[in-house]
Amino acid sequence: MADFLMPALGADMETGTVVQWLVEPGARVKPGDVVAVVETHKGAIDVECFLDGVIGDLVPVGERLPVGAVLARVMETGGKPAVSVKASKSAVSAVAQPASPPLGREAAAPRTGQSTPVNPRRKVSPAARQRALQIGLDPDALSGTGVDGAVVLGDVERAGRRTRSVAAPAAAASAAHRGSFDPVQMRQAIASAMARSKREIPHYYLSSTVDFDAAQAWLQAWNRDRDPVHRLLPAVLLLKATALALREVPQFNGFCEGGVFRPGVGIHVGWATALRGGGLVAPAIHGADGRSPAELMEAMRDLVQRARAGGLRSSELTDPTVTVTSLGDRGAESVLGVIYPPQVAIIGFGRVVERPWVVDGQIVARRLVNLSLAADHRTSDGHLGGQLLAAIQQHLQSPETL
Amino acid sequence: MKNPIDIRQLATDVLAGIAPEADLSTVGDHEDLREALDLDSMDFLNFIIGLSQGSGVPIPESDYPRLFTLQGLVAYLTR
Repeated sequence: MADFLMPALGADMETGTVVQWLVEPGARVKPGDVVAVVETHKGAIDVECFLDGVIGDLVPVGERLPVGAVLARVMETGGKPAVSVKASKSAVSAVAQPASPPLGREAAAPRTGQSTPVNPRRKVSPAARQRALQIGLDPDALSGTGVDGAVVLGDVERAGRRTRSVAAPAAAASAAHRGSFDPVQMRQAIASAMARSKREIPHYYLSSTVDFDAAQAWLQAWNRDRDPVHRLLPAVLLLKATALALREVPQFNGFCEGGVFRPGVGIHVGWATALRGGGLVAPAIHGADGRSPAELMEAMRDLVQRARAGGLRSSELTDPTVTVTSLGDRGAESVLGVIYPPQVAIIGFGRVVERPWVVDGQIVARRLVNLSLAADHRTSDGHLGGQLLAAIQQHLQSPETL
Repeated sequence: MKNPIDIRQLATDVLAGIAPEADLSTVGDHEDLREALDLDSMDFLNFIIGLSQGSGVPIPESDYPRLFTLQGLVAYLTR
């Protein structure tokens, strides 16, 4: 028998609320299955269970619970879940608070139900379609969580509850507002994580200006003959170059625990994503060093979409081993990041700009990008940081190898 | 689709999927949509994808600047 606990979805999470169970008591669960939707300051997150067996003793939905609270019990396959609901219930109800809907939540526009331009027509399971028509929803307009983004019954139920909760604010506390988050709560969570970072982590900062011409030319050639849906953004090359450099200088990929560096297993880049209406989340692009630019573009598009529309998975919030922030084509020219604890580094890219640059003694117009590193002095020094930046820079000069 | 009204409707529909809170009717014809609606690089690429798929016009990357404003994109897609 094992406990399925409220996960800590990042250093800035203290409590969460199960707003929906996606499994029935007695259901078989396998590691990686999404079993519950938990509402956090980052919106509604699909929480995976990494246990193997039969799940039972599900806590009721709607109660705000601290990180580490028992949400359910999982018995090895063949056994039956115990009926000791009281143990877990009393443990959690002692700390449970009324989940009052914070102000402004209803005002935040739910972003579900918007078809994406990439995949405007979604697959819909027959059961989901039937149920959607029953409760007066357009099944093709819902966002799906099934295989290949298919709309499944759970999606319809979620959307149905959201619709009803708008009409009945009393039900709002237990509704899954996929894609909406409470800006005040999110700001507090960011404040607390960043204050902890600045209090505990002795940051040092480095930056370099990188010639982006070769990368830009490669991108233009790649994009020229492709449909918009297969085109790449500069961010993809920045991400891949960083991931490859972290392979060579792995001292920046991992965590500082008790003042000691623990290397990350895999290079899972937390991709800093601004949310419309304020707020920030940096979910993981797993194994970024081993993926092609086209695969990374797909992953990035999917991640940004889910970060904003709801449907991030718990592992995406717990797995990042480093953070990359890229300001995009309308951003500032440079950024010096704040490390997300317990990570040890954040790599930043400003907007690509065209500036005079000296090449072989001649002044030429070049596209340039400012590259920065903020790193933890407890685990590395500027000399090593310089090697990381040099490696990133070097990879960006050979975009065809990315 | 060659009609300016259809193109505007297409732009509205595509934007609803990218920035649901954005109201295209508040944006002037000559305003940069990216500034007015706070679209980032990914948002704008998704906007282009939607316009291209909805209109059947391929929209090469080098033409993106011609679609930064409502007037520009209507002119471009009704050609």
